[in-house]
Amino acid sequence: MQDTFPLKTPTQTRMSGAGMALRRFYSDLRREPLGHAGFIVIMILILAAVFAPLLAPYPAARQSLGEALQSPSAQHWLGTDEFGRDILSRLIWGAQITMRTVLSVSAIVGPVGLMIGITAGYFGGRTDAILMRFTDVVLSFPSLVLALAFAAALGAGLNTAIIAISLTAWPPIARLARAEALVVRNTDYVAAARIYGASHLRLLLLYIAPMCVPSVVVRLTLNMATITLTAASLGFLGLGAQPPMPEWGAMISAGRRFMLDQWWVAVMPGFAILITSLAFNVLGDAMRDILDPRHTRG
Amino acid sequence: MSSDTLGGPARAFAGRVLQFAISIFALIAVTFTIGRLLPTDPVGAIVGELASPEAYAAMRERLGLDQPVIWQFVSYLRDLVHGDLGFAAMTGRPVLDDLKIAFPATLELATLAIIISFILGVPLGLAAAFNRDTWIDHIARIISLVGHSIPVFWFGIVGLVVFYAWLQIAGGPGRVDVFYEGLVPPVTGMILIDSLLAGETAIFWNAVSHIILPASMLAYAAMAYITRMTRAFTLEQLNQDYVVAARAKGAGQARILMHHILPNITVQLVTILAISYGGLLEGAVVTEIVFSWPGLGQYMTSALLIGDMNAVVACTMVIGLMFMTLNFLSDIAYAFLDPRTGEG
Amino acid sequence: MENQILEVSDLNVAFGRGSVRAVDGVSFTLGADKVGIVGESGSGKSTVGRAIMGLLPPSAHVTARRLHFDGLDLLDQTERQMQSLRGNRLSLIMQDPRYSLNPVLPIGRQVAETALLHGNMSRKDATQAAAAMLERVQIRDVARVMRAYPHQISGGMGQRVMIAAMLLSAPRLVIADEPTSALDVSVRGEVLSLLDELVTSNGSSLLLISHDIRMVASFCDRILVMYKGRIVENLTRLEEARHPYTRSLIAAMPDARHPVHRLRVPDRESFEPSHTPLAGETL
Ligand SMILES: Nc1ncnc2c1ncn2[C@@H]1O[C@H](COP(=O)(O)OP(=O)(O)OP(=O)(O)O)[C@@H](O)[C@H]1O
Ligand SMILES: [Mg+2]
Repeated sequence: MQDTFPLKTPTQTRMSGAGMALRRFYSDLRREPLGHAGFIVIMILILAAVFAPLLAPYPAARQSLGEALQSPSAQHWLGTDEFGRDILSRLIWGAQITMRTVLSVSAIVGPVGLMIGITAGYFGGRTDAILMRFTDVVLSFPSLVLALAFAAALGAGLNTAIIAISLTAWPPIARLARAEALVVRNTDYVAAARIYGASHLRLLLLYIAPMCVPSVVVRLTLNMATITLTAASLGFLGLGAQPPMPEWGAMISAGRRFMLDQWWVAVMPGFAILITSLAFNVLGDAMRDILDPRHTRG
Repeated sequence: MSSDTLGGPARAFAGRVLQFAISIFALIAVTFTIGRLLPTDPVGAIVGELASPEAYAAMRERLGLDQPVIWQFVSYLRDLVHGDLGFAAMTGRPVLDDLKIAFPATLELATLAIIISFILGVPLGLAAAFNRDTWIDHIARIISLVGHSIPVFWFGIVGLVVFYAWLQIAGGPGRVDVFYEGLVPPVTGMILIDSLLAGETAIFWNAVSHIILPASMLAYAAMAYITRMTRAFTLEQLNQDYVVAARAKGAGQARILMHHILPNITVQLVTILAISYGGLLEGAVVTEIVFSWPGLGQYMTSALLIGDMNAVVACTMVIGLMFMTLNFLSDIAYAFLDPRTGEG
Repeated sequence: MENQILEVSDLNVAFGRGSVRAVDGVSFTLGADKVGIVGESGSGKSTVGRAIMGLLPPSAHVTARRLHFDGLDLLDQTERQMQSLRGNRLSLIMQDPRYSLNPVLPIGRQVAETALLHGNMSRKDATQAAAAMLERVQIRDVARVMRAYPHQISGGMGQRVMIAAMLLSAPRLVIADEPTSALDVSVRGEVLSLLDELVTSNGSSLLLISHDIRMVASFCDRILVMYKGRIVENLTRLEEARHPYTRSLIAAMPDARHPVHRLRVPDRESFEPSHTPLAGETL
């Protein structure tokens, strides 16, 4: 049994305890009423996105010019737009686009930020200096304007928007992961693994990265609020998902023409954006309070 | 190296200056990439689709697109240094001339917004901290949470619907009513100042009624941030022994606040002032669309939609430059304003 | 005892939801003398001092049968009345001048603040009073120190500045909460004797809080020994000590005249008869 690794890797321990940890996390979350509400809202949005075909009273693109610009009623709870499309249905379908954007950006930005951060924190010295300088430079860019310019150059569309947002959204994650890695790399079990001859890559991926994941997830959750807002801004400016896709920001933009008389066309989608981003914010706040009790509410 | 002899603060300062220089260079490189390398047809983007083949070829040569990339970059730099930002296909004028008109409009809007957000945000944050866990604190928390989560362009629309269309207490889109348009000679480019300079009080008040709504809507997100940060800074101070010592001397709440806590958080407040100012410039981009405000944001988005890359790149550059400079100033504020980092 | 300045009877302080009492039924009186409170860390000494000053955070729940100072019922005072007492007739000197001085205000203004608050005088007069007071605490280059910021002066000087600010209006009662324990050993003696001198010449009473029972014994007329929020012993001389906790405190402090080679660690079981350690429990 010479080649068995004498220590259980943290990933394994983590996996076995993951179910329990999640359950404990959820019971902690239930004690934070705001955070819990945020969690429920996010769950509802995900369900709405997944089951949009079943939930939405009308197809997103069903036009009925005879019913154009109707105010909210029993038939159309949130009214109809200029093509007579049901706004509620479009919002439900639009949840798909929002969730897809948010999750795609997070899926890009989380791992990228994490890897850059822990690499800098773990190796320190020159690697750290270079990576962090690069991070700081990107951090110093105005992200929305840069995303706009990128989207303009690459051509409008949902995928461009996702890339453009990702380009500027990773630095905060990297900084956070670096700070965590600086602490973790000096712990006993990393030292022990090092003594047993674990390679750099193994240490980074199996020992350091898992320890940094919880705070990265918290940060990502808070970021999701910003991503929702940036994506909606791009949509509003015509650089995100293109019509007739029911993107919330684009719906506001289209409804703007009627805002003084048929206010609901532009106003209703805004509530969807506000509630989504609010939910991510309160959930993120609550997660931070739970995972890091030292951090008092700022 | 002589840098070894520098003290901690001096070295940090030098590091920050270097960082700033690198950021500016990166900004230039990124705008170059966006304007010249990414678009599939940068020439067409500049001259427009209807340009004659000769004009097309001339522009291609003028841009130096037949040259190697490095050389293109050098000439891009040279043009920048000479203040040559190219022509805007959209307006048919040099981009620089367009910016001279658009920038003051944005600056005016963002400046008023930062003033509003500070006047409301700082006292609210202080009140929340001094009354921690009371209803004041809860209200402040809700206000700032919503402010962090609200889409600013949508908030602008709601504002227009409520205050302009329904209540009719605010001016509508634009900087002044149509019949006042173009009446004051532009001096600073900021209509509030120009109208006063020209002695046109009627126009001034009309302009106030127009700017107050976009500025307030824009201010809200910044105010949310300022409230949250002020509260956090103040709570941190309230736990300090010097506050107990001041109370032991017999100082009351008001005195503690004005004479002890505020001087301690001034530098931090200046820092977030600069950061939020940068954020506001960005927020202005989308707010301007809603309010038909003829600033950088509207200029940039109109250019975006027709692919006028010269204009887009120039706007990115200007906003990026402001943003970076403000962040830079906020970082070095510590070095100049805090007695602790001074002579000691 | 006639001429009592402070009378504390059955003082209780609980933090938060009142689960554990940080101060539990403390009673003592103080005349025109110097009284020391000693006890280990967390025994509630500072909490007693701050309760008298009315400086505990809102989370603290304070009750007492009597809490009288100089003929006033402190529990009855409004916040505004307390403010006119604090720094005026009732002062508190805290442990560490590095934290108790405001880092961004010049020294002069911090000393003058007391004069400004209680002396009913102009800013200029207050500054003059501050300068005179700094002179009294033996600060040499007064004009320069007045302009200096806290980070520019030493700890010993910082504590003298603190003493100047707190004693400027010659308070009836001075509470000194470990006034020397954050200071360099070499300046402790001089700061303490300065405090003594000023208190004596002002005719004030002194409540001196400390860890160091020998120091308190050499300095004060009486010693109150606190343990877990209670006063367990009230002594005038160390030799009278009966309570095992007091003895362990004495033993834990090296005596300059009879040096011991190893410090004794308090043997808790001897004074906590009710406490039977559970299996596997560690202290
Ligand atoms: N603000 C507070 N909130 C909650 N508990 C507190 C607070 N201040 C003090 N306590 C608790 O009250 C008890 C007594 O604390 P206190 O500071 O009075 O002790 P002390 O004797 O002065 O100790 P030290 O020698 O360390 O200064 C401690 O158990 C402490 O945890
Ligand atoms: Mg204490």
